[in-house]
Amino acid sequence: MKKKIAIIDYGMGNLKNVRNAFNFLGYDAEITENYKHIENATHLILPGVGGFKDAMLTLRQKGLIEPIKDAVASGKNFLGICLGMQLLFETSEEFGHSEGFGILKGKVIRFDDSVIPLIPHIGWNDIEMSKPVKEFNGIENNSFFYFLHSYYCAPEEDITAAVCDYYGKFSACVKKNNIFACQFHPEKSHTAGLALLKNFINN
Amino acid sequence: MLAKRIIPCLDIKNKEVVKGINFEDLRSAGDPVELAKRYDGELADELMFLDITASHEKRKTILELVNKISENIFIPFSVGGGVSEIEDIRDLLNSGADKVSINTAAVLKPRLIDGAAKKFGSSTIVIAIDAKKIGDEYIVFTHGGRKNSGINAIDWAKEAYNRGAGEILLTSMDRDGTKNGYEIELTSSVVKSVKIPVIASGGARDAKDMEEVFVKSDASAALAASIFHYENSGIIPIKKYLKSKGINVRL
Repeated sequence: MKKKIAIIDYGMGNLKNVRNAFNFLGYDAEITENYKHIENATHLILPGVGGFKDAMLTLRQKGLIEPIKDAVASGKNFLGICLGMQLLFETSEEFGHSEGFGILKGKVIRFDDSVIPLIPHIGWNDIEMSKPVKEFNGIENNSFFYFLHSYYCAPEEDITAAVCDYYGKFSACVKKNNIFACQFHPEKSHTAGLALLKNFINN
Repeated sequence: MLAKRIIPCLDIKNKEVVKGINFEDLRSAGDPVELAKRYDGELADELMFLDITASHEKRKTILELVNKISENIFIPFSVGGGVSEIEDIRDLLNSGADKVSINTAAVLKPRLIDGAAKKFGSSTIVIAIDAKKIGDEYIVFTHGGRKNSGINAIDWAKEAYNRGAGEILLTSMDRDGTKNGYEIELTSSVVKSVKIPVIASGGARDAKDMEEVFVKSDASAALAASIFHYENSGIIPIKKYLKSKGINVRL
């Protein structure tokens, strides 16, 4: 079956760079806010940089919450990147309390600035893989990826596929059924990031 | 563990890289995209493009270039040079830049930092500071180092941080181009004054200078231009040296 990659556009962050990465790998990818395109896609990507609350608000205004939930429930291959990972969880501490999709159990927590000298966590950090998921095929354990975030996900289920250490370990990747999500930016993580995107699309 | 970053800087003039290019195997040594690809292959952690084009065609040419870079390079990159309005920042980010660096305009209109950080997120805003020691004080210079602003560089770094800057690119004018090593005292003072990453710049001659700035000032990144433009001091050998000295780098 022909692969149809849709990058969900909800006005947050630089979606073009995600598309550029897929184009570079030889795949077409569409940036879209049309629910029909989401329905027709074989591979869905929820990227994002910025605020959790604003993101959910915009997704609601664009009528994308249900189409995304339906797409995930239907078993479509789903990739959440950075904020797109965090949104999948139940709640975030941002601005006190914000509700996410609640597709994954757990919450999103801010790094503790009483112990961490620099926030956001910005730059290249290595990940320790804990599950042999297909997205890691051919990528060496402890490879470096590019991170840029002030909040991290604390899953309640055993879905963490890799952890990262920034003054303590946090969940860098989660995998549950058809969902793979990462806190880092694969589209900015050089060869390791491109390999991960390719693995996501293949099989 | 978070790695220390090595950042090559490319000065762009009329779509070409200027300043000490000496790559024999590049067809067009001055092509920014070719050079960027090369640095990408050599494990540069990030790239900094500084547009020094003076013509009124500037905006269009730099945006075209940023577009082309973002289609070919999959590591973060910043663009700076003459950024003075919110629209300039928006256009550069929309063209594919990950971060935008602001220098003179931020000193002239400090509220530009607040506005830009609020609109695009702190992580996209780099404040570039050119500092020079006068007496026993570091002073901020603007307009490409030509104008003395009279502002204390440490105070300015703190203000930029408080207004929402995501990173400080700190250049020592006294060391820039001298190959005498980074200005440790200045870098260290700024690192201690802000809770955002500081990129040290100006004066790097070799890997030892980078080791010194990481060990003595705890800067998050080291930027250099001309030393990377020569075959014998590629980025990988520098990173290997740093790793052998116990500094965490991406290899």
